[in-house]
Amino acid sequence: MSNGPFALWRWQKLLTDWDKFAEGLLTTLAVAVLALLLSLLLGVVLGLFSASENKALRGISRAYVEFFQNTPLVIQVFFMYNGLPYAGILLDKFTIGVLGVGLYHGAYIAEVVRAGILSVSKGQFEAARSQGFTHLQTMGWIILPQTVRVILPPLANQAVNLVKNTSVLAVIAGGDLMYRSNAWATNGTLSYGPAYLVTGLLYFALCFPLATWARHYEEKLKGDTAPKAAVSFSKTQEVAIEC
Amino acid sequence: MLKIFQDIFTPYNVSYLLGGLGLTLAISVVTVGLSVVLGTILGLLRSYDRFILGKLAAVYIEVFRNTPLLLWIFVCFVMVPVGTFIVRGTLGIFLFTSAVMAEIIRGGLNSISRGQFEAAASQGFSFPQALALIILPQTFRRIVPSLMSQIVTTIKDTSFLYQVAIAEFFYCAKNLISSLSKSVNVTTAHVFTIYFMVAAVYFLINFSLSCLVRRMQRRTAKS
Repeated sequence: MSNGPFALWRWQKLLTDWDKFAEGLLTTLAVAVLALLLSLLLGVVLGLFSASENKALRGISRAYVEFFQNTPLVIQVFFMYNGLPYAGILLDKFTIGVLGVGLYHGAYIAEVVRAGILSVSKGQFEAARSQGFTHLQTMGWIILPQTVRVILPPLANQAVNLVKNTSVLAVIAGGDLMYRSNAWATNGTLSYGPAYLVTGLLYFALCFPLATWARHYEEKLKGDTAPKAAVSFSKTQEVAIEC
Repeated sequence: MLKIFQDIFTPYNVSYLLGGLGLTLAISVVTVGLSVVLGTILGLLRSYDRFILGKLAAVYIEVFRNTPLLLWIFVCFVMVPVGTFIVRGTLGIFLFTSAVMAEIIRGGLNSISRGQFEAAASQGFSFPQALALIILPQTFRRIVPSLMSQIVTTIKDTSFLYQVAIAEFFYCAKNLISSLSKSVNVTTAHVFTIYFMVAAVYFLINFSLSCLVRRMQRRTAKS
């Protein structure tokens, strides 16, 4: 029997244990979806805060974004897992995954939303005010709907990064895909080759369609009839995209 | 409170933590330096080579951009037969970051007008000369903000190396919590102080870089 890292028997072993990988994938998906919802909610609220006329709200938004963008996700997650119990707060790993990844990406989405709001021309705000809209009404009915078109690609990119970052759960043995596959190989027959290959393919299958759609949509936007907003938006966006 | 600081920040512990911070920064610098080089090559190939190398560069970029960093750290750590643990872990971050750098460079290249190439050709520059002397210098100037924010990301990413027991900053801090319990009665305050200290150090480094980014961005926006 061959003992190479990709030997046939290793694949057979993986096939018999496929349910472990499926469970991991489901956990990853569930964490990703819930974290995405949380981060969208946070992102819109904080994005609105940052465009508000109230200094305190702008300050809250700024502080939140700076804190979460400038400290590592690993430490944020580990603090919830390892630090909070000392203060009597016990969270299960799934919740930590959703909260950790959601709070972290909320900061990035807030920056995307903020850039989107800034890309809408000033005249729109003035026009809305002259028609008697309040600030919140202006945002909800006039400004935010217009930003959707330009912020979709960076949002999709954020979703891709979010899916990839759910693997941070592996650091606290959180039962996600990365953790399951690594544990399966480590505690079993050391079949790392097939385990990592399958894991990589599964993540790729989740992320690639989203990333590709975002790129095509962005290219289409740039060639569109109303490129002004898109261009000014992409300028403000350049910095915040990666995480 | 003073007692807690005295417990944690003994000269020995401080030098231990500084060692970890040094490793984190060293890994970040090496990763950024090397990945800018590989990223530039990949970005150029994907932008200008219509044949096999350009396709390969595209495949490399898409594969690494659509899979998690931790996977590549594990892959390099387990499956690369040579090098110390630190070298293998760094290799994982380097391979991953290069794909991101390549996309940043490509974005910069796309923003430079085609006319520049034609102007260079009309002045007798060959294609490689035009790239090296005219196109790339402008590209790098334009991508400085994205590059800097990727540096911040890389510094944060090195904390994933904790998972393969490489003694970078976070690993040292985490280790300190466990080793403290041998000499003192570890309280909530001890643990929170250490986490706060770690977050503050990362924050100070990254926030200063982010501020620099914003200042540069304002300057590029003006010009």
